[in-house]
Amino acid sequence: MPKINSSVELEEFRKEILSKRDPKKPCLTLCSGTACHATGSKEVALAIEKEFEKQKLTKAVDFRRTGCHGFCEKGPIIIIYPENICYLQVTPEDIPDIFSQTLKEKKVVDRLLYVDPATGKKITYESDIPFYKNQERLVFTNQKIDPASVEDYLAIGGFQALVNVLFEMTPEEVIEEVKEARLRGRGGGGFPAGIKWEFTREAPGEPKYVVVNCDEGDPGAYMDRSLMEGNPFGVLEGLLIGAYAIGAHEGYFYVRQEYPLALKNLGIAIGHAEEYGLLGKNILGSGFDFNVKVHRGAGAFVCGEETALLRSLEGKVGEPRPRPPYPAVKGLWDKPTNINNVETWANVPLIINKGANIFTSIGTEGSKGTKIFSLVGKINNTGLVEVPIGITLRDIIYKIGGGIPGGKKFKAVQTGGPSGGCIPGELLDLEVGFDELTRAGSMMGSGGMIVMDEDTCMVDVARYFINFLSDESCGKCVPCREGLRQMDKVLTNMTEGRGKEGDIELLEVLSETAVEASLCALGSTAPNPFRSTFRYFRDEYEAHIREKKCPALSCKELISYYIDPEKCRACLICLKNCPADAIDGGKKMIHIIDQEKCTNCGNCFEVCPAKFDAVKIISGEPVPSPVPEEKRMIIKKSKEK
Amino acid sequence: MDNKRIDQIIDKHQGEASSLIQVLLEIQSENHWLPKEVLERVSKKLHVPLSRTHHIVSFYKAFSFVPKGRHEVHICMGTACHVRGAERILDTVQEETGIKPGETDLDLKFSLETVNCLGCCALGPVMEINGKTHGKLSRVETGKVIQSYE
Repeated sequence: MPKINSSVELEEFRKEILSKRDPKKPCLTLCSGTACHATGSKEVALAIEKEFEKQKLTKAVDFRRTGCHGFCEKGPIIIIYPENICYLQVTPEDIPDIFSQTLKEKKVVDRLLYVDPATGKKITYESDIPFYKNQERLVFTNQKIDPASVEDYLAIGGFQALVNVLFEMTPEEVIEEVKEARLRGRGGGGFPAGIKWEFTREAPGEPKYVVVNCDEGDPGAYMDRSLMEGNPFGVLEGLLIGAYAIGAHEGYFYVRQEYPLALKNLGIAIGHAEEYGLLGKNILGSGFDFNVKVHRGAGAFVCGEETALLRSLEGKVGEPRPRPPYPAVKGLWDKPTNINNVETWANVPLIINKGANIFTSIGTEGSKGTKIFSLVGKINNTGLVEVPIGITLRDIIYKIGGGIPGGKKFKAVQTGGPSGGCIPGELLDLEVGFDELTRAGSMMGSGGMIVMDEDTCMVDVARYFINFLSDESCGKCVPCREGLRQMDKVLTNMTEGRGKEGDIELLEVLSETAVEASLCALGSTAPNPFRSTFRYFRDEYEAHIREKKCPALSCKELISYYIDPEKCRACLICLKNCPADAIDGGKKMIHIIDQEKCTNCGNCFEVCPAKFDAVKIISGEPVPSPVPEEKRMIIKKSKEK
Repeated sequence: MDNKRIDQIIDKHQGEASSLIQVLLEIQSENHWLPKEVLERVSKKLHVPLSRTHHIVSFYKAFSFVPKGRHEVHICMGTACHVRGAERILDTVQEETGIKPGETDLDLKFSLETVNCLGCCALGPVMEINGKTHGKLSRVETGKVIQSYE
């Protein structure tokens, strides 16, 4: 394909692509993101290719490998168009049936359909599955395109926004539109993107730079990776529009090296864009020049912070510096630089295409549009969900997420990544938005949503995050480096049974210092996990300190395992699986755990058959003394099977 | 790793000082660790003080000053895995291999690292060995997986 030299040529090319595509022609799509690969989608893809050759269907049916579909719990996922039939948890062995029944005879393979746990009914079409039905997918549209194909992106209207901007709008008009849309940064800060763009445009100094922050470091969050893997052209288009508005001719993608597939797909997309004249000199004949480079991040959480990221881009150690001056004034190599995260950039083409009016019709007072969340933890439907801002937590967790597995009780949802907070059950009807979450003591962050059930200890959750942040602290300023270390120690003591009176007050003082005096957002938001869990779950802290008890029965040092002699059926399973040889017993002889030898590994609890349910966890009270020897023999055999 | 290959990598990045991290990443991924001689060579060629190169190698998690084992075990300690019991998986692997996170055993069989999220939260708790993901692990299964590596 030769270079595209004008908007007219692009339109002709788009028409040509569409004319070659028959919407009625069957197309089989398979999700092929990183999470899908982990569930075996590579093997499924091989099986599909083999079957295509065997059945000689290559010409009659299209095959498309797309990015992540979001419903990771049930991956790998196959969708067959035009019917929209959705098959879940597909294995290579299922492929021959899909070909012979669905593609050839137009019959549905029943066993691969989604079963609605509420009604027990099978659901054939993707759009009817509650997980998808209750979402609003505007940005996260991976399932429609092959991320390596410019033609696929053009076929769904790609680069239309770029054409509009380059040929019909002035840079000021573009900024005005984004400001009017009130797009707020999706990476954590929530700063209005349009205002940031304007600052950068108006800042003195040339050249100006634009940067895509794909250093997604929050554990349990992977929406940026999915966008980068599944729709790199969308992010690139957003960046191009921003660059034009700001007046930048050079851009950087900062991508974690832990995301090899994102790097690969981005590389392919950039290559194609250069080939087609969508990057480089005189883009589409508009006179606008723009080039991008990809920089791999070498693994440092703090580099998600913008000033640290810029230093890392310069080839230095990623330590943050005080702001102001903000990067908009003094950024990369001291030049005006605009940084937005992946999802923010991906929203830009949508705003231009639909207009600020439509965009602002979704959302709450202060937060507009949609947001992608990664819904993980103790939840039935783990995955990525895009929802209109303003939806309640309850709808996300129960309608889309399908509730808590194993009939357990919901305890809290942690939002906003390590620096966010935990929101308890009483606040489940909270509308999700930047300001709403901040008021509840948490934050939107980049969109991680970790669901916790009754088995999760909130003191341990606080310890976990503080430990994480202490480990990731760059060490430059004292309140963060030393303060977090002390907080980690105090919290660890609590979870290990060494908590004492005064600990909570000490944590509060350390929190205040870190919030007030830290150099960057990592330190100043780091106490949030402690503050929010303490605010809503004070009783758990007190139980750990005063009674040396973990109410969630989770802290290893505060619990004991005990075999209920009434329930033990002497099946020998736990005895065989105990790595410490701490279980005494035999055939027909009730098993007893030697508390001296027990390492609290929990194997016995894990393997004890559910029908016996004999292993118990005890916390805050003494373990009952073992049954006397003479009563240990089981005389009558259990009648139950 | 010979000097010729190092020079090739440096030349690919046009020998700019700002590309130091990119050069080191490439060497790390080919060689699996960064010996002292390599760091000296890179510093000299890029005109960066050796102390700064050391600072960078020790700051970023992707780099290693020591050789790695044949099997690189990564245990996900991300939040989703944490609430699903990642700590227990780590305990098991430590017991099985006798090494702690960041260490490599004397036979160079296993290297153990904890990572902060592999982004396969639906499969938690997750362990990755040589790039292969093992998901929905229990302690008992984890032991079996580790034992299956020669």
